[in-house]
Amino acid sequence: MTGIPFLSLAIWVPIVGGLLALASGSDRNASVARFLALFFALAGLAVSIPLYTGFDVTTSAMQFVEAYPWIPRFNINYVLGVDGISVLFVLLNSFITVIVVVAGWEVIQEKVAQYMAAFLIMSGLINGIFSALDGVLFYVFFEASLIPLFIIIGVWGGANRVYAAIKFFLYTLAGSLLMLIALLYLFMESGGSFNILDWHQLKLGMDVQSLIFLAFLVSFAVKVPMFPVHTWLPDAHVEAPTGGSIVLAAIALKLGAYGFLRFALPIAPDASHAFAPLIITLSLIAVIYIGFIALVQTDMKKLVAYSSISHMGFVTLGFFIFNPLGVEGAIVQMISHGFVSAAMFASIGVLYDRMHSRQIADYGGVVNVMPKFAALFMLFAMANSGLPATSGFVGEFMVALGAVKFNFWIGFGAATTLILGAAYTLWMYKRVVFGAVANHHVAELTDINNREFVFLAILAVCVLAMGIYPFPVTEVMHASVNELLKHVAVSKL
Amino acid sequence: MNFVIPDFYPAAAELFVVAMSFVILLAGTFSKQPRNVAYALSQLTLIGAAAITLFTMDGQVSFTFSNMYVDDLMGDFLKLILYFAVAIALLYSRSYMHERKIETTEYYVLVIFATLGMMVMITANHFLTIYLGLELLSLASYAMVALLRDSARATEAAMKYFVLGSLASGLLLYGISMLYGAAGTLEISGVAQAIYQQAGNKTVLMFGLVFIVAGLAFKLGVVPFHMWIPDVYHGAPTSITLFIASAPKLAAFAMAMRLLVNGLFEFAEQWQSMLMVLAVLSIVLGNLAAIAQSNLKRMLGYSGISHMGFMLLGLVSGVVGGDRHFALNAYSSAMFYVVSYVLTSLASFGVLLLLSRAGFEAETLDDFKGLNKRNSWFAGVMAMVMFSMAGIPFFVGFFAKFSVLQAVVAAGYIWIAILAVVMSLIGAYYYLRVVKVMFFDEPLDATPLTAPADMRVLLSLNGIAIAGLGLVPQGLMSLCAYSLLGSL
Repeated sequence: MTGIPFLSLAIWVPIVGGLLALASGSDRNASVARFLALFFALAGLAVSIPLYTGFDVTTSAMQFVEAYPWIPRFNINYVLGVDGISVLFVLLNSFITVIVVVAGWEVIQEKVAQYMAAFLIMSGLINGIFSALDGVLFYVFFEASLIPLFIIIGVWGGANRVYAAIKFFLYTLAGSLLMLIALLYLFMESGGSFNILDWHQLKLGMDVQSLIFLAFLVSFAVKVPMFPVHTWLPDAHVEAPTGGSIVLAAIALKLGAYGFLRFALPIAPDASHAFAPLIITLSLIAVIYIGFIALVQTDMKKLVAYSSISHMGFVTLGFFIFNPLGVEGAIVQMISHGFVSAAMFASIGVLYDRMHSRQIADYGGVVNVMPKFAALFMLFAMANSGLPATSGFVGEFMVALGAVKFNFWIGFGAATTLILGAAYTLWMYKRVVFGAVANHHVAELTDINNREFVFLAILAVCVLAMGIYPFPVTEVMHASVNELLKHVAVSKL
Repeated sequence: MNFVIPDFYPAAAELFVVAMSFVILLAGTFSKQPRNVAYALSQLTLIGAAAITLFTMDGQVSFTFSNMYVDDLMGDFLKLILYFAVAIALLYSRSYMHERKIETTEYYVLVIFATLGMMVMITANHFLTIYLGLELLSLASYAMVALLRDSARATEAAMKYFVLGSLASGLLLYGISMLYGAAGTLEISGVAQAIYQQAGNKTVLMFGLVFIVAGLAFKLGVVPFHMWIPDVYHGAPTSITLFIASAPKLAAFAMAMRLLVNGLFEFAEQWQSMLMVLAVLSIVLGNLAAIAQSNLKRMLGYSGISHMGFMLLGLVSGVVGGDRHFALNAYSSAMFYVVSYVLTSLASFGVLLLLSRAGFEAETLDDFKGLNKRNSWFAGVMAMVMFSMAGIPFFVGFFAKFSVLQAVVAAGYIWIAILAVVMSLIGAYYYLRVVKVMFFDEPLDATPLTAPADMRVLLSLNGIAIAGLGLVPQGLMSLCAYSLLGSL
């Protein structure tokens, strides 16, 4: 606990910025809110960067730890810390926040201050989720982050936004409430500690482990989302404004998967092994079945939403085959998906802002009028289908390799995503971008402006960089993943 | 028998309030500006009572009036919160009452009498004293509900309240008489001792217990003794609903502590199982029925039923094993719950009063449509209140639910905890619906808000307190635990 508390800064700088933006008031001085938001988003990113540069890759221990008593009556502490897994998500989140602020710059004209504030506050809360080492602190951030997203979908969303917002909120709340009971139970079992790292060492019987695992499973499966409880995601994605979709896909979906790594696997390792066949089955269903569903979508956003579910199926698959390739591949896939899905939704947002339609059928021949856009969109579509040299390939390849090692047929099933993903993404791309100009609306489209070019280009650089040289990412997580797998391999019975 | 002059010192605050109530009545009658004078004097009474309570607080448990009266930390703490709640309620109600021409001296006197009744309930050490305080509170409340005497709805509500309330008082009194018959005394510690020594007929005692629990459940408004709540909340003028829905919950909590925990602890197992049923039913029915309401006063009434059920869960979890530390944990969680409920309840009805104006009652969901476009700040305050009631962090309601659930899980009732969270999920739906209409819908009514500045400031502070206590709940939690320490 030396020096500057970067983690606290990464949490509170955006939140304070959000409150300031909120206080800056009405739409008359909307540009004040915009610049405030941009400033604090950049500041949030700036204070997150030392987390990476100062990170010690040789150890799996928690770093940048801060600990203060918060509610001593229940032994709840404000304990923050990151390991090689969570530090990546803090960075990703702070980065995506900047993109979102820029993406919403001119598009949002109503209640600008509230829009920007919601994203900044959410960014801070999500950094809190990734760095909390106290069960209650985690839970508090986890739940509180629902509120801004609920407001974002409900206020700035599409036609069916109210239904989507309430469905999103109740679905995720339903999951997390059971987790609360599990946390309280662990508090009792551990003799009065909410510290997650203490819980990792806690000996638990098989029955208890199973129940706790199931409680976590319900909570995180909804958030991931895994196959039978995924139905809130397409609705939320379709109705959310572009920024909301970006955050939802790039960050919010990672919370559930992160929860598995931080809670379910290390706290209930035996139950995790016992339930692994179930999770693997559900993951494969997500990969294959949802892939087919994505194929038949007529709405671009819905298509990308289903493709997200399918990609997240890959992540959960990677976790539950319990080998380093699988877990590291899954984490790489999460980061990559953060960039790619953000870029896909941002691109669709660019089209939507001009045409106010998400229907694939309304487009055609966009390349003729928006060549710069078409080139960037092409790259993102390729990344989404897992083309080598894009970030999408690395994670999928690693997980598929790990899965083949584990069991050939599981690997085979997982690898079909490379075909399905290419099919649905590229087919959509073809219908939207190629061909003759479909109608006079398309003919009137203008190519992307500088602002749009900048954020799409930054995303493109990230996608390519990670695809060509993923080492900086895998290097950071390596020690922590090995430690996690070693821990999970030891029975707690 | 010698007449001993009782020690008035522990009851100084109550005596002060009695004296002030006469002053208000007289000053209101002879003053040229009765409403201002009565209002100022009422607030002064509350401030004075708070000062006296603070000044006489010594951390000791002292008895007076032949042990009919007890002065302990729990009582002092609850009374301080009570003055605070009543003062806020008076301030919120003022312009509403004035616009409806019912801001009379009598209103203030009734409020002060009701406050006195609650103070007596909080500090009673005798079954009859509790009953006395309860009746004082109830009679004043019946009259307040009927203040809007030309309104059919209000008088109907008052009538229902009166009939059902008298029935409940009768039940309570009947139970008390049985206890007296069996135990031979009505002093709370005396009854506890008599039961401990197994004096008296157990069957009679048990019958007494059942009636007492029924009477108590009525006052708390828990299922199946909740029938009056929706009608009274709906029918009464909103300012009176605000009053009924806040401070009396504190008194009812104190009454439960005194009667059940201090007096009838030997029967803990019996009343525990009764209260458990009541609590679970309240949480289920309160939340389910609230979904169907389009009138916010009724909705908040049903939600209040479920909140009281939650509070009871905390109370019930305290009895397992007889471990003192354990019991303290559970009771203080219930106390924390009731205090934070009072705080959020005040703010929720406060916003209703804020939106109302002369000739217009804001009470349906439609009245809240598009509030964010009319006034973002108060839409934000209401949203905080709703999220707090739904138990979403960082608001105080989350930690209230958290501490109660923690006590419930610690007592081993995991399934009840799961049922409670499932029900609070259902609860989240109707709270969210309020947020939804405020933020997502277009306003039906663009009239600017006309509430006076002092009310706006206080309501804002109330909202900030809900968020602030959610960020740092430790202080209030330890205060609750500390004040209960001497009373177990």
